[in-house]
Amino acid sequence: MDFANYDPASASREIISAKIVVAGGFGVGKTTLVGAISEITPLTTEAIMTTAGVGIDDPSKVPGKETTTVAMDFGRITMAQDLILYLFGTPGQTRFWFMWDEIIRGAVGAAVLVDTRRITDAFAPLDYFENRQLPYVVALNRFDGAPDYELAEVREALAIPADVPLVLTDARSRDSVKQVLVTVVEHAMSRLQAEHNRGFPTPVG
Amino acid sequence: MEGRRTEPRGELVRPYAVTRGRTEPQRDITLEAVLSASATAAAESRFAGHDKHRIATICEGRAQSLAEIAAYTRMPLGVTRVLVADMVAEGLLTLHTAAPTMGFVERMNLLGRVLSGLREL
Repeated sequence: MDFANYDPASASREIISAKIVVAGGFGVGKTTLVGAISEITPLTTEAIMTTAGVGIDDPSKVPGKETTTVAMDFGRITMAQDLILYLFGTPGQTRFWFMWDEIIRGAVGAAVLVDTRRITDAFAPLDYFENRQLPYVVALNRFDGAPDYELAEVREALAIPADVPLVLTDARSRDSVKQVLVTVVEHAMSRLQAEHNRGFPTPVG
Repeated sequence: MEGRRTEPRGELVRPYAVTRGRTEPQRDITLEAVLSASATAAAESRFAGHDKHRIATICEGRAQSLAEIAAYTRMPLGVTRVLVADMVAEGLLTLHTAAPTMGFVERMNLLGRVLSGLREL
């Protein structure tokens, strides 16, 4: 084996990756959104844990502990040889908070996808990001036949703070999704700048 | 009884057989952290066992995140993380920087690059 053989593909070049989180209720179109812009067909990665571990029951009292698989879908956009952006969808079931913590760690920010037919599904993700101080934007996914609310009505119904961007989107459209992601990054940059100006430490997710 | 509550991860005996029961990785690796293997390392990984060789092959000459490695190998995330962390320690994989460790200026630069990357799509 030739150990002196220099391999530029991996040796010392730094490759930076970043991620944006896509959240929302079950069936709201998270994977559709990721798939609309990802260069790869969205992949699924799974984490396994016991049903006892999701914080509902005391594990010692569960006979024959069963395992639960929590799946999350993600996509990838290679922006440069040394820069990759990943898009991670949160698991549909909001009770798997441990997985959310894993997903948002170090994230640029998040987009919360809202279906106007099931607007209350957005409460849990919104509360979560507000608590974790992760910069987020709200994107209203337009479904055919869904009630046509004014953005102002949605903002009021979901009690979205005035400084959080709220946009309309079509999760199937690449251009529309691109615009949502641009909004996430712009919002994250202005938040980061504002926090820096006030002397806050950089949030790490 | 209360005091005997075990870590949920400790009970996952079967999926962790490939890590010989270890559930804690040697180092923390985020989902989007990117790894790659040189041709030399990929060749060397043949002697490191089936799973590690498979991972090195996936990463040979191209950057793949921990999440991608888990998806392609169809191994659970926790198991993959233990194996990948071992491989970094063994020199079979190179771990590239992921965003979390950055300071303000670096992070702003990264966000600026991501923003222009998105606009160019």
